[in-house]
Amino acid sequence: MTKKIILCLLMMTPVASLAAGGSAHLEHANVDISNEASLQRGAKYFVNYCLGCHSAKYVRYNRLALDLGLSEDQLVENIMFTGERPHDTMDNAIPVTDSGNWFGRTPPDLSLTARARGADWIYSFLKSFYADPSKPTGANNLVLEGASMPHVLWDLQGVQSAVYRTEIGADGEAQEVFDHFEVTQPGSLSPDEFDVVAQDLTAFLVYISEPVQLERRSLGIKVILFLVVLFLFSFAYKKELWKDVK
Amino acid sequence: MSTPQQQVGAKGGFNAWFNKRFPMDKMLREHITEYYASKNLNWWYVFGSLALVVLIIQIVTGIFLTMSYKPSAAEAFASVEYIMRDVNWGWMIRYMHSTGASMFFVVVYIHMFRGLMYGSYKNPRELIWIFGMFIYLALAAEAFFGYLLPWGQMSYWGAQVIVSLFGAIPVVGESLVEWIRGDFFISDITLNRFFALHVIALPLVLVGLVALHILALHEVGSSCPDGIEIKEKKGPDGVPLDGIPFHPYHTGKDLVAFVAFAIVFCAIMFFAPEMGGYFLEHANFEMADPLKTPEHIAPVWYFTPFYAILRAVPDKLGGVILMGGAMILLFFLPWLDRSPVKSIRYRGWMFKTALTLFVISFIVLGYLGTQPATGVYTMLARIFTVIYFAFFFLMPIYTKLDKTKPVPERVVYHD
Repeated sequence: MTKKIILCLLMMTPVASLAAGGSAHLEHANVDISNEASLQRGAKYFVNYCLGCHSAKYVRYNRLALDLGLSEDQLVENIMFTGERPHDTMDNAIPVTDSGNWFGRTPPDLSLTARARGADWIYSFLKSFYADPSKPTGANNLVLEGASMPHVLWDLQGVQSAVYRTEIGADGEAQEVFDHFEVTQPGSLSPDEFDVVAQDLTAFLVYISEPVQLERRSLGIKVILFLVVLFLFSFAYKKELWKDVK
Repeated sequence: MSTPQQQVGAKGGFNAWFNKRFPMDKMLREHITEYYASKNLNWWYVFGSLALVVLIIQIVTGIFLTMSYKPSAAEAFASVEYIMRDVNWGWMIRYMHSTGASMFFVVVYIHMFRGLMYGSYKNPRELIWIFGMFIYLALAAEAFFGYLLPWGQMSYWGAQVIVSLFGAIPVVGESLVEWIRGDFFISDITLNRFFALHVIALPLVLVGLVALHILALHEVGSSCPDGIEIKEKKGPDGVPLDGIPFHPYHTGKDLVAFVAFAIVFCAIMFFAPEMGGYFLEHANFEMADPLKTPEHIAPVWYFTPFYAILRAVPDKLGGVILMGGAMILLFFLPWLDRSPVKSIRYRGWMFKTALTLFVISFIVLGYLGTQPATGVYTMLARIFTVIYFAFFFLMPIYTKLDKTKPVPERVVYHD
């Protein structure tokens, strides 16, 4: 019986590692949400490039200003464009039925995308648009195949096409595998500069997915330090108390 | 000179007046200061008090969450985000509640494992065990109803999958499912009734069952790692020779355990509230969408062992029966176990092996329940399901055949 179990456990190891590598190739975003400048840039890109179609309906402008170190004037000048009030949430003006008709699907709210998909997914998604003439928007995305979103950042990134190579798969059949992107029309930014844009945007989305996360960690350290001290005292108390138990 | 009567009145004052009308002191003595438990209880024995602590955390944080949560399909998801972002300290209350839900099961599973190790379910503690099992079932229901409330994708589809299991029951199945949902699919109506069950019905049941569990425990007395009844050896003052008062000794020890537990709890709550998607599933940060089924539906980790058993059976009704059986069988432990000794310390290799295999199968099934049910995984789930059930069905045999060691007269206690 024991042998059987060991055998089964051994059999599971390769399976588990295989199962982990299922999804499309994701690059590491390496975002640092304690970097205020990065978040500020991310906010700027977000309101300029994303907020036209997407919303972030759980995020309040004034909370954003508070967490990103912006004054109310800076907020109104740089982030708020359509006459909202500072305590409003980041909505957009497109009626849901219209955007649904125009894109085939209503652009999703982005407040929680980082928690649902993860930072790496967003970062890779932003970088993985490629030219695909078969699509109505002229662009497809390697991370989300068939995405109805157009390549909004094309003027920054430029246009790239996906290059495939032929590989023999595990089943012995030849299959097309993504190899690399090739820039066919350069954008206003170099690839490295664009990576930073994608990173800033990702950092911003990670931040808005849970605005409290920085505060949460710094408070957590204090709480745990307190508890460790309390533990030492409670342990000493117990030791003293139990001394006479023979 | 004052009379003794007056002195009592002057000294005891309110206390004497109160105790004449309500047995406060008597109850405190019976359950706290003069409740004797063995001095050799080890750290495995702290998880009962910890479970009580978590229950209190859940009730208190739950009350505060209810103040801002909106139980409607249109507003529930947004109200949770409102709590997370706009309510003062709302994020902490919410994370305490979500972390508490998972930690409740961690604590309860360890508490049950301790019971298995030291035979805490055996004569004369059968009723404590049975009340405890009812607590576990109520807790499972409580967790299930509560998981729908954030109205995320996994809330929705998890509820959809679990509720539809009742559809496997012949003849009445389909109408039963409709009756539970109150609709033809999981909807606003379902959310409302799950809310009612989660915040009123099941907490009442849970608190009541916990009271029964503790009353039954205090009637027969706590077990101990040696499986000895300390009440059988009493001193001239009627106090068990190996017993020490619950307060201050065990409460002092429980305090240490509580602080250690709080460190773990806070580490999760402040640094990893999602626990890598196991405590808060990633898909649940997307609002429920009845038209979009997630690629991979998995219940929260504490149900996955049973989910793996369900999926291991090719037949739906068979799977449901086996899954239910996996829980129900635990009720019968006191009668399946034929060993003359209680504690694992004095049992032979057969029980030790069986318990080890049981724990391994529970953990492996738990892992398999989080994974897609394909090829090798399904086969493994079947193998470990057989091991899981063998633990129970073969128990009367191996506990009887097992060679036990002699149990000492008094508890083993090293300072």
